[in-house]
Amino acid sequence: MSGDTLTVSVWRGDGDVGRYQEFEVPRQESQTVLDVVTYIQRHIDPTLSYRFACRVGVCGSCAMTVNGKPRWTCRTHVSKVAGDGRLEVAPLRNLQVIKDLSVDMTDFFDKWARAEGRFQGAQTRDDDFAQVSPDSPKRRRASAGIECIGCGVCYASCDVVAWNQDYLGPAALNRAWTLVNDVRDIADKQRLKAVAGDAGCHACHSQQGCVERCVKHLNPTQSIAGLKRATALAALKGELE
Amino acid sequence: MSAPNIQTEARLWLAQRVSAMVLAVCIAVHLGTIVYAVRGGLSAAEIIGRVAGSEAWFAFYSVFVIAVTVHAPIGLRAILNEMTKLPKTRVDLLCFLAAVLLAYLGLKVAWRFYMLGGA
Ligand code: SF4
Ligand code: SF4
Ligand code: FES
Repeated sequence: MSGDTLTVSVWRGDGDVGRYQEFEVPRQESQTVLDVVTYIQRHIDPTLSYRFACRVGVCGSCAMTVNGKPRWTCRTHVSKVAGDGRLEVAPLRNLQVIKDLSVDMTDFFDKWARAEGRFQGAQTRDDDFAQVSPDSPKRRRASAGIECIGCGVCYASCDVVAWNQDYLGPAALNRAWTLVNDVRDIADKQRLKAVAGDAGCHACHSQQGCVERCVKHLNPTQSIAGLKRATALAALKGELE
Repeated sequence: MSAPNIQTEARLWLAQRVSAMVLAVCIAVHLGTIVYAVRGGLSAAEIIGRVAGSEAWFAFYSVFVIAVTVHAPIGLRAILNEMTKLPKTRVDLLCFLAAVLLAYLGLKVAWRFYMLGGA
């Protein structure tokens, strides 16, 4: 088993160039991968760059590639992923590396905007609250996808993102689907136009890599299938022109 | 990249899904018939005896061929667009030719079998 120390390989570098650097980190009970990275930065090498905020799985800023898989590091216990006492930590795939473990999330969030991921309502503060029954099918579908924390783990695990840089990706499309099911939103026509085609839902292979990895156990593939149905219906009516 | 016609993309997707449903039924009938017929040993004469001259089988296999003609080239198009750097218009042309070829060969076979019935 792991013993008292853990051998950690950490990716160091700017942009595309870099290499793995090894560190020995004392093993602790209930230690998370983020704890390990933080230990290195506080006690061994203060120049190590990485990103985190909440440390409790809310903010979505701490995702990295851990032993080859994208994960949220603050909620990933070392004991779960480093059974043989070895840990390899790298930046998220499919995003430009800024330095060491921090990646540039600009593309990821720009794609949310391109997928019309912004709520657009018709009511003002003078109107009464919208009444949405929790049991209505639309509310249920919206609820199924709403807990996304924007961590980018699904985006890093999607092969279509890797080879088609225009592809909006699982998180942005999942977001669009929650809004399509929001009865208060009025921007569906332009949203369906934005998410159709081979940069959008039609590029998805439905192999569920995103589902496998989503830290919140959401099902972006199902959301994307919903968008495929909705855009097909809109196309039949000639609404995507 | 030229702006893709989103509406056409979505319609092609739908056409592929609908043709897939038709294909699922056709393949089940096709395989089911083979499995059923093969129990008594299968010969060319037997197949011709069953299919030749039958309007119903001719109609069935025509639908089958048309479903393939719709389904396969759309999938081919997606694969070529994703895996190769061919220009999109070239891919569209290739896939259209593939559709013509599939329809021609498939319908020709269905028609020949029908005509073997000596109609
Ligand atoms: S199911 Fe679709 S979005 Fe999810 S990983 Fe696969 S291609 Fe990407
Ligand atoms: S869908 Fe899941 S994995 Fe993707 S960004 Fe949202 S929470 Fe993270
Ligand atoms: S630090 Fe906020 S989710 Fe991990």
